[in-house]
Amino acid sequence: MIAAFLKSAIRLSATFLFGSTGEIIIEKGGHLNLGIPGVMSVGAACGCIAEFYMVRAFGTSAPFMLLAIPILVTLLTGALMGLLFSFLTVTLRANQNVVGLAMTTFGVGLAGYLITKMQSQNFIIITRASKFYLNLFNLAGNDNWFVKIFLSHGILVYIAIILAIVVQIILSKTRVGLNLRAVGENPATADAAGINVTKYRYVSTCVGCAISALGGLFCIMDYMGGNWEYILEGYGWLSIALVIFTMWRPALAIPGSFIFGGLYILSSYIDGVTFAQMEIINILPYAVAIVVLIITSIFGKKNVQPPAALGLSYFREER
Amino acid sequence: MEKTVAIELKGITKVFGDVIANKNVDLELYRGEILSVLGENGSGKTTLMNMIAGIYFPDEGQIFVDGKEVVIKSPKDAFAHKIGMIHQHFKLVDVFTAADNIILGEKCPKFDVKQEAERIRAEHEAENKAFEEYKPEEHTGVLSYMKAPKFHKPSETKRKIAALPFVKLGRAMKFNWLARHRADEVQKIANKFGFQIDLKKKIYDMSVSEKQTVEIIKVLYRGADILILDEPTAVLTPQEIDKLFEVLRNMKAHGKSIIIITHKLNEVMEISDRVAVLRKGEHIATVNTSETNEQELTEMMVGKKVSLNIDRTEPHDAKDRLVVSGLTALNEEGVKVLDDVSFEARSGEILGIAGIAGSGQRQLLEAIAGLYKVKSGEITYNDPNNEDKPVDLRSKTPLQIRNLGVRLSFVPEDRLGMGLVGNMDLVDNMMLRSYRKGFMFLDRKSPKKLAETIVEELEVVTPSTHTAVRKLSGGNVQKVLVGREISSAPTVLMAAYPVRGLDINSSYTIYNLLNEQKEKGVAVIFVGEDLDVLIELCDRIMVICAGKVTGVVDGRTANKNDIGLLMMGKSSEENEAADNETQAIKEDGIDE
Repeated sequence: MIAAFLKSAIRLSATFLFGSTGEIIIEKGGHLNLGIPGVMSVGAACGCIAEFYMVRAFGTSAPFMLLAIPILVTLLTGALMGLLFSFLTVTLRANQNVVGLAMTTFGVGLAGYLITKMQSQNFIIITRASKFYLNLFNLAGNDNWFVKIFLSHGILVYIAIILAIVVQIILSKTRVGLNLRAVGENPATADAAGINVTKYRYVSTCVGCAISALGGLFCIMDYMGGNWEYILEGYGWLSIALVIFTMWRPALAIPGSFIFGGLYILSSYIDGVTFAQMEIINILPYAVAIVVLIITSIFGKKNVQPPAALGLSYFREER
Repeated sequence: MEKTVAIELKGITKVFGDVIANKNVDLELYRGEILSVLGENGSGKTTLMNMIAGIYFPDEGQIFVDGKEVVIKSPKDAFAHKIGMIHQHFKLVDVFTAADNIILGEKCPKFDVKQEAERIRAEHEAENKAFEEYKPEEHTGVLSYMKAPKFHKPSETKRKIAALPFVKLGRAMKFNWLARHRADEVQKIANKFGFQIDLKKKIYDMSVSEKQTVEIIKVLYRGADILILDEPTAVLTPQEIDKLFEVLRNMKAHGKSIIIITHKLNEVMEISDRVAVLRKGEHIATVNTSETNEQELTEMMVGKKVSLNIDRTEPHDAKDRLVVSGLTALNEEGVKVLDDVSFEARSGEILGIAGIAGSGQRQLLEAIAGLYKVKSGEITYNDPNNEDKPVDLRSKTPLQIRNLGVRLSFVPEDRLGMGLVGNMDLVDNMMLRSYRKGFMFLDRKSPKKLAETIVEELEVVTPSTHTAVRKLSGGNVQKVLVGREISSAPTVLMAAYPVRGLDINSSYTIYNLLNEQKEKGVAVIFVGEDLDVLIELCDRIMVICAGKVTGVVDGRTANKNDIGLLMMGKSSEENEAADNETQAIKEDGIDE
């Protein structure tokens, strides 16, 4: 029972982990992208459409195509959304909060439109591809508890964890990471040091959005088993909350996402909860994020604060 | 030893709008010397240096580095010519360690694909050659036989693998890696010049002096040979200044050329080899420090006393309008910013407040205006219509003060931060004072009329009254603010640095406005930085130093020396002893 609970907590957590890893990259560069829910939705929708055409073309005979092409399409879609965001905020100097919220509304709406369009065809066939997401590197059936909890997942769960670790290493151990953090902390200083602030913000936002979008695809193809449901917006917001929860550290986002995943599914593992109680339990992840924010604001040391220039546009002329 | 010219400026001219910042400046800096650039506020020191450092680009003139003419368009270009500037406002990332700040933006050894391919090819060829030249008879021993190139059969495969993108990425990563001991490398440079600093410390844990040291090491780390320091001593304690000078001398010994901008004469005499004096954007002279003295430098720096021609009328019927007694206030760190300040502002009189920038002027005015929390003391206002009923202003909000019928106007130092809303137009900014008037809907007509009057009478240059204030130039912004504050017919008018950044004509407009108010019987409090103006304009001048009132002098009889001494916290008895020093602290504001 507990093993099953932990297993599905971790499984769901990959959605949040992708989302928050992406958002951390974006925020470390000084962009506050509230468009993550939209990016996830559009990414997932385009990925599913790609999946649909792949299944129609190859059936279930070409696992590689069924996996690689939709993932690639999702990454590209996410990057395009990131490009749109950066173009609006960096080049056209629009307000980041406004653009982010607009992108959420736009993204969720567009995804809904695309999926509705597709469902007139035999869209349900993408569920056939779901097993490839689920079964690759899946060691389910082994009785070892560790394997049961941690290693009986689809491939994207592992990718999410590895990605978070890699991003953490890049951020804290490489020059690129140092430069990116400088851009997010003090763009004027970074500029004076010869770092191309515009380039860093564009690239970090595109990469971050691409990674976040993958969370959407995972959620639909793995967690939902290929059935489209309009749940990505909520998951997107949770990803952003997770960024605050983990104090902008991808490595911490791994256990953090496990906790969020656990809290999110908690209600279905407790016997005899009413619908109202369930809703209360579902609030918990957000409540936890707020508590963490309050605690870090009061007792926070300087090195657990958000990037100093988060949400601020940078124009060289105004220095 | 023959002196070599490190950098030479010829006929440098820079104009901002109507203001000439630098006019036909010639300057030479030799290798291994410390040159002071001396001048009053607004004499164009910083502008000139910014042109060398690539922040500004000169309108006219040439810059020569090592005898070759160069074009410096950006800080990057300056670095290419080994010129580094340490600005007054540090450019550091707070949450990074000092070492990380120093290596920030440093070009990592570039992973050049072509070069790498070339290297692999050369390796391959060398192996091939060794293989071809292999003579078995030379390798008879067992070890020698093992090492023979035939076991290292040159393979095409290896070359191909090395060219794979994955391997390329790996190599790029390797160059990108931040070494665990990166601080040690930087520390070596720091030690070489005798800096005592822990480079693994985070910037937010550092004192101002340490931050400055980090900035200097940063410039040195990038290989600068010419260092420009913009008022490095303004933020330091005397002990820290001594330390800094020691470091500067050390750098000089290492052959670096240093330009130090300052307006403190004692420092000039102490540290520099030569002094270049600027006055009103022009280069007056460059002299050897050993052949000059403070008196001579002062004359060059100040020039002949400029007569200001401000019409100063005798105050008549002066009554105590605002009485402040024993005012004490603490800042966030619990340090006293105002210490037992007592004075009275009289109607029909201009009270000047002089002092080194940051001595508590801002806090004093804000405390009176109800914006700064006071620890103890009294602020009492005497209503002109109701003389025997003094009003206590202490610890009241601006709104409460206004509701008490006190007509207090405040022109804050920070125009667009506290005085006006940059994104709103002139009319809306006028309305900030009258938004409570009108029934149900805002009264827009009278603010519009007021805005038009101000534009007309004060000659504000603006496309229309519906232009965002942010888009106006500094002088015009100031006129709008002063105009609005005066229009409310105040009985007390407080103005902090109202002419800062204004050209001469606009400054006089403002002075005349203040005088007009004085004649109307308003108690004017004027915080200024130009002592000449204070002496010409004010009836009485109160001098504060580190939050304490050190003296009140009469504007008609005061001289700059006395005020200068008071600004340093010395009484006039010590005048004789420290006569020379007076000139040095003649004026100490923030050079903008």
